[in-house]
Parts: sequence; C-alpha cells; structure tokens
Amino acid sequence: MAKNRHEELGLSNEEVLEMYKTMLLARKLDERMWLLNRAGKIPFVISCQGQEAAQVGAAFALNRSEDYIAPYYRDMGVVLAFGMTAKELMLSAFAKAEDPNSGGRQMPSHFGQKKNRILTGSSPVTTQVPHAVGVALAAKMEKKDFVSFVTLGEGSSNQGDFHEGLNFAGVHKLPVITMVENNKYAISVPIEKQLGNPKVSDRALGYGMPGFTVDGNDPLEVYKVVKEARDRAVSGEGPTLIEAVSYRLTAHSSDDDDRAYRNKEEVEEARKLDSIFTFAVYLKDLGILTDEIENEFTNEITSIVNEATDYAEAAPYAEPEEALKYVYEE
Amino acid sequence: MPVMSYIQAVTTALREEMQRDEKVFILGEDVGKKGGVFKATEGLYDEFGEYRVLDTPLAESAIAGVGIGAAMYGMRPVAEMQFADFIMPAVNQIISEAARIRYRSNNDWDCPIVIRAPYGGGVHGALYHSQSVEAIFANQPGLKIVMPSTPYDAKGLLKAAIRDNDPVLFFEHKRAYRLLKGEVPTEDYVLPIGKADVKREGSDITIITYGLCVHFALQAAEKLAEDGIEAHILDLRTVYPLDKEAIIEAAKKTGKVLLVTEDNKEGSILSEVAAIISENCLFDLDAPIQRLAGPDIPAMPYAPTMEKFFMMNPDKIEKAMRELAEF
Repeated sequence: MAKNRHEELGLSNEEVLEMYKTMLLARKLDERMWLLNRAGKIPFVISCQGQEAAQVGAAFALNRSEDYIAPYYRDMGVVLAFGMTAKELMLSAFAKAEDPNSGGRQMPSHFGQKKNRILTGSSPVTTQVPHAVGVALAAKMEKKDFVSFVTLGEGSSNQGDFHEGLNFAGVHKLPVITMVENNKYAISVPIEKQLGNPKVSDRALGYGMPGFTVDGNDPLEVYKVVKEARDRAVSGEGPTLIEAVSYRLTAHSSDDDDRAYRNKEEVEEARKLDSIFTFAVYLKDLGILTDEIENEFTNEITSIVNEATDYAEAAPYAEPEEALKYVYEE
Repeated sequence: MPVMSYIQAVTTALREEMQRDEKVFILGEDVGKKGGVFKATEGLYDEFGEYRVLDTPLAESAIAGVGIGAAMYGMRPVAEMQFADFIMPAVNQIISEAARIRYRSNNDWDCPIVIRAPYGGGVHGALYHSQSVEAIFANQPGLKIVMPSTPYDAKGLLKAAIRDNDPVLFFEHKRAYRLLKGEVPTEDYVLPIGKADVKREGSDITIITYGLCVHFALQAAEKLAEDGIEAHILDLRTVYPLDKEAIIEAAKKTGKVLLVTEDNKEGSILSEVAAIISENCLFDLDAPIQRLAGPDIPAMPYAPTMEKFFMMNPDKIEKAMRELAEF
C-alpha cells in the first residue's frame, strides 16, 4: 500500500479527492475541446494536458478566495480551481458573447475574470509576470494578506519580463509566487535549445529569492512547495520561484503537428507518468478513490462537460457592432 | 495667482493628487530620494515615503508592467520613464497590455495608469535624449496621449490623467520644464482630456500644433501681428485620440492651415490631422495644408549646428506662416 503523503501536508481525504476531481475535469474538458476542434466546431485549442497536477496542486495551496492569479494559456486547472466554471470555459472555446474572459474577443485560454481575481492575459508571453508583481506590490503597500501567483512556460522564462519582474519582486520582497510549468517544449524547441542552465529554479539565486524544482506530475509535491512559498510570502519573507517539471502530452495547439519534432515513443513514455493516471493510483492504493467514487466522478464530469458543450454551442455570438465597445470607459 | 514653471506645475499636480487619494503612487528610476533627474518628484519622497514614491530597478518594462498590475488591482500608479527615448523596452507592456486590458476583458478589468515621460529636444540631448515618441503610440485605440504646452495645462491635465480610468501617456517637453512659466491656480482643477484649446484667436491663418511648439508658434504669431497678419492657434493638448471637431472648426475658420510638430514629418501626429482636414474641409481651404516638422532622419544630432537644423524654433514657424499667409 502507498504511504499516505497528504495527511502530513494537512490535506484531508476529501480535499485530495477534490484535487483529483478538478484535475480530471480539466482533462475531460480539454479532451472535449479537441474533439470539437477536429469536428470543425471550434477554431482553436491549446491544452493543459500533462500539467493538471502542477496546476491544481498549486491552486489548492493558495487562498482561493483572496489571492490573485495571473495564469498563462495552459492553466485550465488553475482557473477551474479558482472558480471559473466548465460552462464559462466552453463559452470561451466557442467565442460566445457570454464568455466571462473576453466576451468572445480573445482566443480560448486567454483567461481573465475579475470576480475570481484572475487577471486578464494576452498572447505575448510573460507580460503577466510584472503584472503579478504589481499586484503583490499593492498587497504590500496596502498591508493586505493576499499573495499573487503567476505561471508561465519554461520557454517564456527567457523573456525580459521574467527577469525584470522577478528582480523587482526580489528587491522589494514582494508576496508573489512564480511557477514555471516546465513541459519540456516551447512549441517545437526542446529545453536543451531553450535553457543555458536546464534548471530554471537556479535563476532564483540571481533574484534574491528561494528557488525549487519539483515533480510537476505530483500534485502533493507541488502543493507542499507552493504552500510553503505562500506562508513565507504572507509573513513578509518575499517571493519564491518554483519550477514544476512535467510534460506536454498534446501538440502545442490544435494548429501544431508534433510529429515533426518529437517521436511517438517519447510521448508514450511520458504518458506513463501522467498525473491523471498516477494520482488515481495513489488514491486507490490508499482506498480513498473507490470504484464507486470513481464512477460517480466520471458520470458527474461527463454530464458537466456535456451540459457545458451544449449550452455554449447554443449560446449567441456577440452582435457585430459589439466590437466597437469598451475601447475606453463608457 | 502664483506663477510657476512647467515642472513645478507637474510636481504640484502629483502632490495634490497624492494628498487627495492614497491609492496614487509614483514609480520609476531615481524618482525617490533624488526626486527625479529633472526634479519632477522633488520633495514627494519626504512627504509620502518610500512606497508611494518608489525607486525601481533600472528596467522600463517592469516599471510599466508592475504599474499595470497595480492598476488592475485598483491602485493609481504614475510611472515615470526617465526619458521618452527609453520607453521602448516598455512598448509591449503599453501597447499589448495597458491599451488592451479593458477591451480584451470585455470591460471586466481596467488599467488606470499614467506613464509620464520627458520628450523633446533643444537641450543637447542628441539621438537618445531628444526624441518625440508620440507617433509610435498614436494609432493604438485604448491609449490616450496628452502633451501639455503650458504650466496651467500641465497641472490640470496631469490631474485629469491620474483620475482617468484608462491608460494615459503624459509627455512633458523637457525644455519647457524651466523655460515656460505661467500663472497656475492654487486650487484644485482638472482640464478635459480629448479637448483641444484655442491659444490665440486670429482670422488670417490657422496653426495647429502641440507641446513646446505652441509656445514657439505664439511667439511667431506676435511677429506677424506687427504686420497685420492674425494667426489662429489651436493647441491639440491631447494628440490621441484627436479632437476632430476642434481641428475642423479651426481649419475652416481661416482656410489656410499650417501644422507644426517637433517630431519628424513622416507618419507624425500631423499626418492624421492633415487627413482629418482633407476629409472634412476641402471646400473651405484656400491653400494646401502645410506641414512644418523635423527632417526625416532618425533623430536629433548632438552637434549644435545639426541640432539647431533639426529643432523647431519661432523663426522657422514665422517663415512658414508668412509663406502661407501670402499664398
């Protein structure tokens, strides 16, 4: 039998089941979006698959009713954990008017929802890092207890905004947690062609903050390191850089064919470590995820995904002239 | 009414807004203890403390980007770029982020940031301490660009910019800082962003310009007045989005229009002003629209001969005005 590792982290059986369920919902929504794309119903998908453990593990370690997040485009697991619904994500996938992220203005996975403190994001990568630092600066100025949490890919860690933002946070000891989701590819370019030092967390030293590399396929390991980072942040000890290493199980996006730059065997090998599978094994070994609960989750998630799809597909688009609104305050 | 310099008007506006609203804070390079390289934030560090007058690392994209994040949270950041020339590393943050935050979130988020930057030449600043950069940002819906020409306007417009709920680029002419002095009320007032202002009434020719060139044009107009030529001078004040009504009205008033900028001519603010007049005033014009601008070279050279050749001055404007008046 597996060793119970979540109890010592202060996580109840119910909480780890909730984590698993959130990961599974992200995966199933993502898979549905691919089907819809291949069926010609939605123009574009960019996936979370392979990164759900890091995303959900991290989100559960945050205060989901107070902290601010600046997610990047793969973070379906993060935004689900922060209160965005499956229906809302599908509305975004179908570019419908009711999409809370952008009202159908942005491509899917460009998250943003003020009521859940999800900062609006763009396509140029890494611009969200200074934004999260700015929110953390506000927390410090206003003497508030929340933190900001920002994510990005390992390729994006090469951008100037990564360096500029983290150094700023390091200088002013700001309560911001930066998590690099290292999925080993920036579209087609592998880490050895992206990173002079393959360990992104080593850069933390240069910014005057602690840095940790953890197994991004293990939600509990990610939970632990983010929880500790949050504790440091709210006690005034400043920022943390975390690198969660996993693997991108899909092509970069629905417009990419990954067979051009990596072989099938490599992907199959990575699938053995897929957290949707390995975390389920852990929970089953401990007798927490029973067949009955698993069936219940599967049925519930299937109906959530079906309902979200049906609702979003039937929902209206924005009127054409809506494009003219909200350039400035109205 | 006290007389103050253009830069004192800027400092006064900052101080008054920081006193009025504790969400207002300043961030930039050397803005804290030193009070800014031009002294625009002098005294504010002592009055408001380190975190409301924040010395940042030397990194312009972070100055803009951290400000944007704080603005999204609900603060009212006033970011300073030490020179407009150095705004370039922050262009992605300004154009891809600040300008689009309200639009891309369908009005869910907003970004009430002011980014101040000293622009302009005539100070031996050479290529990278003299530039006018407004044209780079002047086709980005979502942004507002304000360029005041007097101390009175500087105070009222900066206060309006800080209270505006959208991102505002506020370009201050660095030579105007100490050259221009004028009466500035001690009481609180704001001037409308997006509205041009008639700085001189006249019936013979129309000059449309902004920033320090307004001052030069007013000087030139006095010379022409000695010969009985009365110039109508419209100060754009906000160069983006433009006050189309005021531009059309000013152009129609005399039918002879001279547009003046210190920036180089191609694709400048003047180009759009000329297009607006062309579209709307064809039958009211008595002469081709004239543009007086810097030459189309990358930027202002250092040597005094070449700098003077580039830089706008009252004599160049006077000459162009006389030619137009005689057309």
